[in-house]
Amino acid sequence: MNELIAVLICLFGGLTGGLVGVGGGVLFVPALTIFIGLTQVEAESTSLLMIVVVAIVGAYRQNGYGNVRLREALIVGALSPLGVIVGVALANHISERALQLSFAALALFMAAQLVRRARSA
Amino acid sequence: MPAEAATPDNALWKLAAIGTLAGAFSGLFGVGGGTIIVPLLIFWFGYGERLATGTSLAAIVIIGLLGALAQGGIYGNVHVGTGLLLAIPAIAGVVLGTAIQQRIPQRAVSYLFALLLVAIAVELILS
Repeated sequence: MNELIAVLICLFGGLTGGLVGVGGGVLFVPALTIFIGLTQVEAESTSLLMIVVVAIVGAYRQNGYGNVRLREALIVGALSPLGVIVGVALANHISERALQLSFAALALFMAAQLVRRARSA
Repeated sequence: MPAEAATPDNALWKLAAIGTLAGAFSGLFGVGGGTIIVPLLIFWFGYGERLATGTSLAAIVIIGLLGALAQGGIYGNVHVGTGLLLAIPAIAGVVLGTAIQQRIPQRAVSYLFALLLVAIAVELILS
């Protein structure tokens, strides 16, 4: 039963990924911890594998629809390790709670901007 | 001069900023870079929602591979069998999701994305 729920959540995670262009990790990680019983670290690592597979298939499909700028994607992806280093440095100087609340505020701001932009389009 | 002829240097800096921010947030919160990449491609480059989400997925392939090399390769925490098995429904989902996305208005994608961002914010605030 638990496995079936995990399968459904992962199906939904992939669906979300395809619809809005994210990897789906937001849903894969809880599926792996709660319903498969992996530890948080195991779940995050395993989720990363799933994200890569989902993103390859999703990007391939989107490329077929003419919706991928490969050069831009390569630049963004290649710079991400620098960001990981910056993130670790930040985490060492700022409390986790402050970082969480900052990102929550940024996420809400971006959500409002997206809605405003879509309404005026 | 057409408006979209932005100076390449400027565009490169913005792309570099998006990549760095995506890496930082995925490292800090475990949320994929997509939550940052999609909105910023829309705001800063004026991408339509489909182009932004497609390009985001391609960038996530690179981000994920680099992250997996760093984590899975070194620590061996990846449950390969479980991951590949659960990737099957996830692949079905992403194929379905991208197909549906081509058939709905682009602004609907923005609304869905806003919903996802609000959910992430709520989860971060409550955690």
